[in-house]
Amino acid sequence: MQYLFFLLAAISVITALVVVAAKSPINSVIALVLCFLSIAGHYILLNAQFLAMVHVIVYTGAILVLMLFVIMLLNMNTIVEVRKPVITRILAVVTGGLLFLVLLAATKQGLSVDVPTGFDPGVGLVKRIGMSLFQDFLLPFEVSSVLFLSAMVGAMMLAKKDGTENVNLPPSSEPDLRQAGPNDSAA
Amino acid sequence: MVKLDLLAILVPALPLLGALFIGFGRRKLKGNSAGMLGTALVLGAFICSLILFLGRDGQTHIVHVFDWIKVGTMDIPFAFQIDALSLWMMLIVTGIGSLIHLYSIGYMHDDPRVATFFAQLNLFTFSMLLLVMGANFLITFIGWEGVGLCSYLLIGFWYTTPEFNYAGRKAFVMNRIGDVGMVLAMTLMFYTFGTLNYVDIMDQAGSFAPSNPLIITATLLLFLGATGKSAQLPLLTWLPDAMAGPTPVSALIHAATMVTAGIFLVVRSSVLFELAPYTQDVILWIGVATALFGATVGLFQNDIKKVLAYSTVSQLGYMFAALGVGAYSAGMFHVTTHAFFKALLFLAAGSVIHALGGEQDIRKMGGLKKTTKTTYITFLIATLAIAGIPPLSGFFSKDGILASTFQDSPFAYGILVFAAMLTAFYMFRVLFLTFFGSYRGTAHPHESPKVMTVPLMVLAVLSAIGGALNIPHIFGGHEWLKVDLGTAVEGVLGEHMALSASTEWMLMALSTALVLLTIWYTWTLFGKKTTLDGEPADMPFLKRLIAKRWMLDELYAVLFEKPFGWLSRNLFGIGETKVAVPLTVGSGKAAHGVAEWLRKMQTGNTSFYLFGMMLGVVVFLLITLFTA
Amino acid sequence: MENVMTAIRVVPLEHYLILSFLLFSIGMVGALVRRNIIIVIMCLELMLNSVNLLLVAFSAYHSDPGGQVMVFFIMLVAAAEVTVGLSILVLMKRNTDGVDMNILNRLKW
Repeated sequence: MQYLFFLLAAISVITALVVVAAKSPINSVIALVLCFLSIAGHYILLNAQFLAMVHVIVYTGAILVLMLFVIMLLNMNTIVEVRKPVITRILAVVTGGLLFLVLLAATKQGLSVDVPTGFDPGVGLVKRIGMSLFQDFLLPFEVSSVLFLSAMVGAMMLAKKDGTENVNLPPSSEPDLRQAGPNDSAA
Repeated sequence: MVKLDLLAILVPALPLLGALFIGFGRRKLKGNSAGMLGTALVLGAFICSLILFLGRDGQTHIVHVFDWIKVGTMDIPFAFQIDALSLWMMLIVTGIGSLIHLYSIGYMHDDPRVATFFAQLNLFTFSMLLLVMGANFLITFIGWEGVGLCSYLLIGFWYTTPEFNYAGRKAFVMNRIGDVGMVLAMTLMFYTFGTLNYVDIMDQAGSFAPSNPLIITATLLLFLGATGKSAQLPLLTWLPDAMAGPTPVSALIHAATMVTAGIFLVVRSSVLFELAPYTQDVILWIGVATALFGATVGLFQNDIKKVLAYSTVSQLGYMFAALGVGAYSAGMFHVTTHAFFKALLFLAAGSVIHALGGEQDIRKMGGLKKTTKTTYITFLIATLAIAGIPPLSGFFSKDGILASTFQDSPFAYGILVFAAMLTAFYMFRVLFLTFFGSYRGTAHPHESPKVMTVPLMVLAVLSAIGGALNIPHIFGGHEWLKVDLGTAVEGVLGEHMALSASTEWMLMALSTALVLLTIWYTWTLFGKKTTLDGEPADMPFLKRLIAKRWMLDELYAVLFEKPFGWLSRNLFGIGETKVAVPLTVGSGKAAHGVAEWLRKMQTGNTSFYLFGMMLGVVVFLLITLFTA
Repeated sequence: MENVMTAIRVVPLEHYLILSFLLFSIGMVGALVRRNIIIVIMCLELMLNSVNLLLVAFSAYHSDPGGQVMVFFIMLVAAAEVTVGLSILVLMKRNTDGVDMNILNRLKW
């Protein structure tokens, strides 16, 4: 069974690397889908069946498809991304590696990861999660609906086309309202 | 009880209402309406005080208005103390106050800022009422500061003249020196007694042994506050300069009420002062010295209001001398009679000034007896009263003080009698030069309108019969005021007159005879003069010194102003320009430079921020790693 | 079921830790090196998921359903975040005709 874990882990890491490295956003999204699917596999290995299902539905089914949709809608494949300078990229990789090492060292030394010997195989089942969710976490669960509502309203408000075009352009391209003002009032 | 509460709150509330209403509506109130309103409100306060006074029962009532400061063990309520002393002061303040308000309607009628004047006068009345009614030192202190502020505002009322502004500033600064003493005294008192309520402090003070150093310090500091407000040596030079204000202000604030605040404070804390014999000696001798000082300087002043101002200083000295020998009722009695006749003197002087179109120099007056008859008669009554001619009010109050002083220290008595002779001299000099002889000025004198002469007449009657309040036993009286105050002021109960009746008779006869002699001498000097030569150039040294007010202002200039000026110049020259400015400007420049350099970090580039954040996370993790 | 349970027994918790850290670091590096906003958003999702993985692992090893509820809430927040993020992206593309992160450098004011 160890091998299954290593296989899934390898898929996760490689696809994650592809996400970062791919030139085309489409490829990135496809790689991310694979990566998330492998993470769902990890969940199943950990006997978190409910989360595995939700993960596949929410992430791969909704979020990533939405991203794919946006990429295609905005026709992003044609955009050539300007690359950052090499020095920045090297620095970024070094820093990332440093973060990984430090995290690892911190866990090894600072935190104790003692694991109890006895397992409860039913932890990740729908029944247990549901009991926990609707008994201990009922209020956050209800409040999260408000979060969704506001996200929905926010997204619609942002993406709606309203006459104010070009608000984010640099100042030079903005029409000079100060000069237009007096003429308007004179007319 | 409810009625008493309501009336006690109404008394200060009415003038406050007037001050706010007139103050904010001063552009809308036309003509005499501001004056009428202000007068009516103060009169209302007087009526409330009168009802309270007539219904008094000899008890001390505390009217709790609201909790003010309540922190831990510190509990200072906003409360009024209604007893014989505060009622008596309330009557004086509102009674004389309403008369002077009435008078001001006439006196200020053509001033463009008349509404402002009445707003400030009402505010003054309110502050003074707070001062006398407060049930603890802090409420009194609010009033204390309030009257100081109003005094400043009213002295500099005609602010377009720079000298008047300087006079107001001088009064403010001098008062502030005294206030430091007052604040320190309050702090010490709170430290000692844990409360500022008069009643509680006087209760607890009984358990202290006499001459306790804490009590002596507290009383000395209180007295310092009193010297500032009541113009005693060494803080008296502001009062003569305060005559720059309109004459009604001089009458109300700088003669009748505010300057007696110091005496009121000492009487209010009489229990403490009784415990500090040392402080009482200090008060006695400062009072005596001030009485002599004021009387001597008054001799050679030519400004009618300046003479009256020095006379006030001198009379306040008498009052403090009385307090110094423990004769609180005599002091309060003199406060009352002095309020009558000094207010009258000032108002009559104001009437003269009004008649002459603003002339204040007595050398340019004379012969006004005929043209301003009412003013002349009232002024004469007041002069006789202040000189101490029986049976006018001044005779009783001054003799009460003199007799108490004689009992304690014959030397002080001698000086005070001498000062009384001087008083008679300078007052009659003013009288003769102003109303007798022939007119030496150029204006056309005319009698003042009724609105001004009616207060004069009322005050003249009061000055004449005011002595009836406290007729001593040897005249068959019952010392009514003393008995009444005895219900409120414990110190009064400790007074005792050990002099035999014959001694008292002798003292009275002596002082009266001396005063009469002085008046005759003054008459020979000034009574018949039709012209007045200028001051002779070769005055003897002492006379020149006195005419220059004992060089007190010059002494202060050398002692305090010059060193302070030197210090300030050096602090500016070295401290400010060489140390403080480079330090502050330098630190500002340094911060600006660092910011200029750090500003470059704010690139606006999101990736850069992300980078910094990650580095931060790494550093924090490293720190936990090495400290774990 | 039995097979799965043996997997938990065979694979130590440290493996999941390392895997999670690795994914997190990769996501971080991606967010740093790329200028295309949509890729950056994807990298953020990746980082969130690495944390989710860690939470699930701890939850399973400690037999505590609380961790998995936490993951559930993280998913909620991530979904909302992506919705708003993508609409901002659409807006930006519409206004600037690009999705370059460096255009949004006026945050410094």
